[in-house]
Amino acid sequence: MHFADRLPLQSGVSLRDYSLKYETYGKLNADHSNAVLICHALNASHHVAGVYAGQAKSEGWWDNMIGPGKPLDTDHFFVIGVNNLGSCFGSTGPMHVNPDTGRIYGADFPVVTVEDWVNAQARLLDALGIETLAAVMGGSLGGMQALSWTLQYPSRVRHAIVVASAPNLTAENIAFNEVARRAITTDPDFHEGHFYAHGTVPKRGLRIARMIGHITYLSDDVMNEKFGRQLIAATQDGTQRDYFYSTLEAEFQIESYLRYQGDKFAEYFDANTYLLITRALDYFDPARTYGGDLSHALARATCKFLLVSFTTDWRFAPKRSREIVKALLDNRRDVSYAEIDAPHGHDAFLLDDARYTSVVRSYFDSVAQEVSA
Amino acid sequence: MTDQATKEAIAQLVPIGSRVLDLGCGDGAMLAYLQKTRQCTGYGVEIDDTNVLACVRHGVNVIQLNLDEGLALFGDASFDVVLQLDTLQHLRNAEVMLRETVRVGREGIVAFPNFAHWPNRLSIMRGRMPVTRRLPYQWYDTPNIRVGTHADLGALAMRSGLKVLDSFGLQEGMTVRTWPNLMAGTSVYRLSR
Repeated sequence: MHFADRLPLQSGVSLRDYSLKYETYGKLNADHSNAVLICHALNASHHVAGVYAGQAKSEGWWDNMIGPGKPLDTDHFFVIGVNNLGSCFGSTGPMHVNPDTGRIYGADFPVVTVEDWVNAQARLLDALGIETLAAVMGGSLGGMQALSWTLQYPSRVRHAIVVASAPNLTAENIAFNEVARRAITTDPDFHEGHFYAHGTVPKRGLRIARMIGHITYLSDDVMNEKFGRQLIAATQDGTQRDYFYSTLEAEFQIESYLRYQGDKFAEYFDANTYLLITRALDYFDPARTYGGDLSHALARATCKFLLVSFTTDWRFAPKRSREIVKALLDNRRDVSYAEIDAPHGHDAFLLDDARYTSVVRSYFDSVAQEVSA
Repeated sequence: MTDQATKEAIAQLVPIGSRVLDLGCGDGAMLAYLQKTRQCTGYGVEIDDTNVLACVRHGVNVIQLNLDEGLALFGDASFDVVLQLDTLQHLRNAEVMLRETVRVGREGIVAFPNFAHWPNRLSIMRGRMPVTRRLPYQWYDTPNIRVGTHADLGALAMRSGLKVLDSFGLQEGMTVRTWPNLMAGTSVYRLSR
């Protein structure tokens, strides 16, 4: 959907003539009360559920959670997936032409924040004729957007489902983002962000960025269980082959796995988008304007909350979710909090775990009861 | 604590419209009952996944938390009533939790199995640990890591400097005020700072 009006951004600049790519699932009911907005995290898109006809492996990124008969049941809810500004999956981003200069944005694409995204999403809802959301839901960075919705548009949200998220990033988290960004920006193919004009892609940087990211999404236990110290090209009969005694060749399965993930990612993801989205993560901090007092910051939120975290998630650890819970408790808000003892680290929010999906299902069942058919 | 009569007897102690924190709230039935019949609001605290799910199904706010990690999430006097129903006997830090209960709530209502109830005494006299409807577990396989009596809880409350607003026994949902330490399967204390 195209938007001609300028969108003022937190940084002081604005975007004009931008478009937002979105998908919807299910039917909007007569009084427009059954809409649920899904906010995506770092490398996802508007394609949250379902498959594209004739396209193998085209399941939406949250297809296990959203669809007919699924925990977020599209037989009851009208679900909206939207791609954020600055992303590389169809909405206006750094690979598009800046209408003010006629040149591709590249590194000149303005820095966008979680708050900016939420403002853009609100305009999309305006255009779709949806005043109030039955719920807004997201995991990780998507959870930050869901939380931000309850602060920026408290009267437009009845429920917020915030999964594996945090009220801001820790220094360690920013550090990981910075390593990923430096990998990209120091790639000779990056050309200060204007690599499109040079016909190059900073794939080396993107690969490293993805590799380090991937490590932080898994847990030590899962990595050991999945790969352990297994060598690549192990012998068929199960006996250990000798080491390659090489510093350059991939020796262990985990190396090969990370290289594969990095290669795959570098094929489809945009380097400037990676910088923009990690920066949006870094900047998110609703308590900042309240002297770091999250309880004070969350006083504006009036909706009901479900928070979920995963015990082995060290990138967005349970204690960060508990900070949000505490701030909501301080404000006497309706909140439920499930801490799922899942082994999969941060990635758990995208995976199937009956304890997790059942809680989400039950929560949406109760939301559905408030919504007319 | 599952039988209806006991639930109703405890519910009677909770003032209408109270803000309630139910520690070890199980499937949320008590809170759901208080919300429905006494216009209460509040939260349950549970560690068990199945119970957390049941609470969400019951439409009860639930916070999944290990009570042995304390109540740091909850501010001083942020609740009218804090319930600790059949919870104390499962806690490693029972004494700390008793103090936390009256820190977080203006009033704490603690109920737990009274080990000095006469059938239990009889069993001990015969030389065996009691296995009853109220204490259905074998000694080697029990979640009740703290066994105490009605009188013990009174002594602990005094030692911890808590005010006992009221104490009595419950047996088959009936209040027992005569020799509760002997005559009641369940001990109930209303405590405050």
